[in-house]
Amino acid sequence: MNLTRRGFLRGTAVSGAAAVCVGAAPVASAEVREEKILPPQAVGLLFDSTLCVGCKACVVACREANETHPEFHTEDKLWDTPLDLSADTLTVIKAYSDGSGTHKDQEKDGYAFIKKSCLHCIDPSCVSVCPVSAMTKNAETGVVSYNPGNCIGCRYCVAACPFGAPRFEYDKTFARLRKCELCKQRQAAGSIPACADICPAGATLFGPVTELRAEAERRHRMKAGDREFFPRKTVRSTDTYEKPAPRYVEETYGLEEVGGTQVAYLSGVSFQKLGLPKLPNKSFVSTSEKIQHTIYKGMIAPAVLFGSLLFLVRRATKHREEEGEE
Amino acid sequence: MSTKPLGGPYITKTTVVSGLMVAILGILVLIRFFFGLGTVTNLNDGYSWGLWLAYDVVAGTAVGCGGYALALVVYVLNRGHYHPLMRPAILASMFGYSIGGFSVLVDISRWWNFWHILWPTYFNFNSVMIEVALCISCYTTILMLEFAPAVVEKAVEWTGRKGGNLYNVTVILQNVLDKVIIVFIAVGITLPTMHQSSLGTLLIPFGNFVNPLWQTPLLPVLFLFTALSLGYAIVMFEATVVTDRFHRPSEARLLGSLSRFMMVVVMSFLALRWCDLIYQGKLHYIFTSNGLGFAFLAENVLYVAAIAILARKQRRRAPRYQFIAAVCIMAGSILYRIDSYLVAYSRAGWHYFPSAPEILITFGMIAVEVLGYVLIVKFFPVIHSVERVRLLAMAAD
Repeated sequence: MNLTRRGFLRGTAVSGAAAVCVGAAPVASAEVREEKILPPQAVGLLFDSTLCVGCKACVVACREANETHPEFHTEDKLWDTPLDLSADTLTVIKAYSDGSGTHKDQEKDGYAFIKKSCLHCIDPSCVSVCPVSAMTKNAETGVVSYNPGNCIGCRYCVAACPFGAPRFEYDKTFARLRKCELCKQRQAAGSIPACADICPAGATLFGPVTELRAEAERRHRMKAGDREFFPRKTVRSTDTYEKPAPRYVEETYGLEEVGGTQVAYLSGVSFQKLGLPKLPNKSFVSTSEKIQHTIYKGMIAPAVLFGSLLFLVRRATKHREEEGEE
Repeated sequence: MSTKPLGGPYITKTTVVSGLMVAILGILVLIRFFFGLGTVTNLNDGYSWGLWLAYDVVAGTAVGCGGYALALVVYVLNRGHYHPLMRPAILASMFGYSIGGFSVLVDISRWWNFWHILWPTYFNFNSVMIEVALCISCYTTILMLEFAPAVVEKAVEWTGRKGGNLYNVTVILQNVLDKVIIVFIAVGITLPTMHQSSLGTLLIPFGNFVNPLWQTPLLPVLFLFTALSLGYAIVMFEATVVTDRFHRPSEARLLGSLSRFMMVVVMSFLALRWCDLIYQGKLHYIFTSNGLGFAFLAENVLYVAAIAILARKQRRRAPRYQFIAAVCIMAGSILYRIDSYLVAYSRAGWHYFPSAPEILITFGMIAVEVLGYVLIVKFFPVIHSVERVRLLAMAAD
């Protein structure tokens, strides 16, 4: 093996430069790509935990609208008792309780209700991670939908969703993913999502996200105990009822979390107690996309790497031929 | 030709046992395809990725990085004397990656749509997974092409006995392969650099589901390093095992000098990982992550042990120590990858431990690799002839 010093240095330099192109550059600048913004006609839900009476009418209405089946988790199978979201339960009412559990919307010795479903993120992980574009976000309404025709069933979306919204059918041969699609079929027919439509307490409101957020603002400004009006079904509805304003925790959940969501929450107890995760304001997928697109921008870095390697491999095999090795 | 088939009986204890495990694999895979994932796995909505992805795909393709790691040394650093290790490494890589690809097919629930990951109209280039899927598919093909000279050599030998047109065709094929093989080799180094780092990026969308000791923007670089360390370790492991099992002369000196590259990779990995943890102020998680702290320390202890073993020149050249060090690094790297994907991934309120059929399928996949490797080295010219190994070992010094 007759390796010249110059040849070695050149080889190391070329491969080093190429490795830097592919490996180090994106990591050094692994900040976030430009933020996603709320689509122009974005619609969503506002769930006010203090208004929810825990009747679960939304769970039943959701079953009808999305053709899911009741889940039985008691021995005698007398009640539809979904324990959490599942491929058969696209929305569920869960409860927080503490101590004696007697006072509504109170953290100590109290209880509160939370409605779980897909939050229709502004920068959804499921859409970003899906290799075959089975998860899509509508450019106008921002509704995050699932297309089983595309889906290969890799379940990356299930593993990546910070809210645990997408659920998979593990027990079926022809398995599908299921998640709330904000009743897009009902919306197309001029109606509103079934859960908001049926809610007797106006705890789940449907409407344009900007108006829902303004409504949340209005409620934050209310003085606890004052008589106020609350709409049912939609944020613009004239079907309203009067009741004393509740005491809210300060923030609205869903304004900033992982870049913001189109479903927002108001509550009398802290959101973490209700099982809503504490999350950073930037989406995790903005980092992975940034890394991915820095490395593969125009496929330049891989092309440079390949070119340098071709040069080096040619040189290496030529050396060997000259020495009659191969 | 300097490489020869090892020959010997095809029916041995190893091949029979692996054959049986492969048969079990076949039955379980059929059940899984026709009755759904839930019938054979413990996967759930909290842990939708389990043993198959973490071990068979993520660790398994890194186990298949022997060809990649060695090609870097042979062709980029231009150390031709390691060339005799190349063919067996390529063969093992071919199996590692084919099994990885097959495991994906077994794992994905809607397997009849499998072709979508290769069909451009479906691609989502924001997804790290599409990069990994395309890249691994290409690389598996490239590995087969890189191994093709061994098959063609055998064909030339066979047709050579009879002469005639068939012989001429195979010789032409051999010459063509000889000319274009450098392109395959260059592609064969580019692709693993891409997808092995992407396997790290793949975890970034999981955010705080992955323990902070593992979750970092440096994941792509750390995954690239573990692919390389595992690659060198597996080459050493295979060489020491083949030498022992097939009663061949020792390749210890050659492996001893190769182990230096492995040490550089492992030390870079450790330096990068610890600096990152210190820089991000995450060291306290070692003590506050319950059992995960031990998993983290185990990975590091295995690496440090290997470095300690290989630090002395006498040990570096002793097959026994080479074997132990290689096993330490394999274990450390595999553990790092399984930890990142499975152990350090946690979802409140969910539990996962692989089911018996799930584990049997993974063992079956390993059996396919063992069975295929053993049969092929006996039939095709993969391993270098005895005299040549001695000669090259001297050149390695």
